[in-house]
Amino acid sequence: MIEQILWPVISLGGMGLLFGGGLAYASKIFAIETDPRVSKVRDVLPGANCGGCGYPGCDAFAAAVVAGEAPIDGCPVGGADTTANVGTIMGIEPSTSEKMVARVICNGTNTNAKEKYKYYGITDCRAASMIAGGSKECQYGCLGLGTCENLCPFDAIHVNENGVAEVDEEKCTACGICVDACPKLVIDLVPVSKEVRVLCNSKDKGKEVKNSCVVGCIGCKICVKACPFDAMEFKDNLAYINYDKCTNCMICAEKCPTNAIYANFANRKKAFINQDNCIKCTICKKNCPVEAIEGEVKQAHIVLEDKCVGCGVCEEKCPKDAITLK
Amino acid sequence: MTGLLIILVSSILVNNFVLARFLGICPFLGVSKQVETATGMGMAVTFVMAIASAITYIVQELILVPLEIEYMQTIAFILVIAALVQLVEMIIQKVSPTLYQALGVYLPLITTNCAVLGVAILNIESGYNLLETIFNGVGAALGFTLAIVLFAGIRERLELSSVPDVLKGFPVALITAGLMSIAFLGFQGLL
Repeated sequence: MIEQILWPVISLGGMGLLFGGGLAYASKIFAIETDPRVSKVRDVLPGANCGGCGYPGCDAFAAAVVAGEAPIDGCPVGGADTTANVGTIMGIEPSTSEKMVARVICNGTNTNAKEKYKYYGITDCRAASMIAGGSKECQYGCLGLGTCENLCPFDAIHVNENGVAEVDEEKCTACGICVDACPKLVIDLVPVSKEVRVLCNSKDKGKEVKNSCVVGCIGCKICVKACPFDAMEFKDNLAYINYDKCTNCMICAEKCPTNAIYANFANRKKAFINQDNCIKCTICKKNCPVEAIEGEVKQAHIVLEDKCVGCGVCEEKCPKDAITLK
Repeated sequence: MTGLLIILVSSILVNNFVLARFLGICPFLGVSKQVETATGMGMAVTFVMAIASAITYIVQELILVPLEIEYMQTIAFILVIAALVQLVEMIIQKVSPTLYQALGVYLPLITTNCAVLGVAILNIESGYNLLETIFNGVGAALGFTLAIVLFAGIRERLELSSVPDVLKGFPVALITAGLMSIAFLGFQGLL
């Protein structure tokens, strides 16, 4: 009786041991040298294997980071701490790269833009754009049929009641799907902090723009001349903002005769001088592009709020960090 | 010699493991998107099947039968196959990391590939000797490789052709597999 139990145990156990030993030996022979940083990166990750980074699990993300394919701040769960830890292992300083968002650069709403014909067909901009470039008189504008809205995986872009797509900047992750899908190339990725935008995509000459849309860029270049920071660029009959130079001063939006440049003036910042830190050196006054700071050497400096455009030049130039934008 | 040849032809074409016996369908559908990975999978399965056939025969004849514990056959065979798959996994990871990536989860799943256990048990049931066992194992594995590589070739072409939306992906793959199976039925009268 006991033999009937013993023999299977011994024979199978023996086979198991034999194979186990063989495999242990084989694992030594076929050992693979892996980058030690992979396991180190893996250790500082949350380990939830949620896939929020776009890779299947933390291991794959760690491997991608070490391979240089994924950014060190790719883990949305770990946040800044994890980024810092991963950065230390990889020897990379966490970049302070700005969040980007998609923006629709057209304000050709139902009332602003003229219609060329009535479009009855598939509600898809790509289909509509095949028929004489879409139903709008302006061949560069947003058709408002919601191709981007249907494709957005984050529910971040919607065609508003005026017939133009609008991005919810809170939800937008700058994945670029709408940018690629839009047949009119009327969606751009821009840094989220930049408040000013040219809401026109028309490369037509001023007269044609005027005929097809009330709020189009007519190429008058007033904004180019008005910008104190050389941030306005002009090509193909259209003004562009160079966001590397733009300081959110919103002067261009004030000057634009057709209101083709949009800025939310409610968000305009004002410079504020902390009199305790101020050494009354007049550097800010000299650098202010709109002469919004008054004051002489050894006298209190004052910001003229109605003139200040919140460009931040004074904040940058102040040697004592006495100026903040609010 | 003729006997061995008959076993080989029979296991490759007439009793093709995938298309006639319907064993090993999982990797057949899972890893047949590209000819290259399908070939890799076929090689891995061939290696495992050939060695597993030989070792399980020895285990059966030298351990299970003398000790009169043939009822442990399934467990003992799975043990052999699992160990072999582990070995193959290590080798592939070392030799070709790209193939390792491409095979993915289907590589460790060879452990539970019923074609491998199937060939081991069929060998014993058919009463083959060691040489015949190895021939049958290799034949079955080559048959599997043949089927999966042919299938992958067809699927590569399918990717480029306009398939109706409802049939895209697995539905059309299953239809293709069915048609291939019918085609292989033609080998039935060969022996």
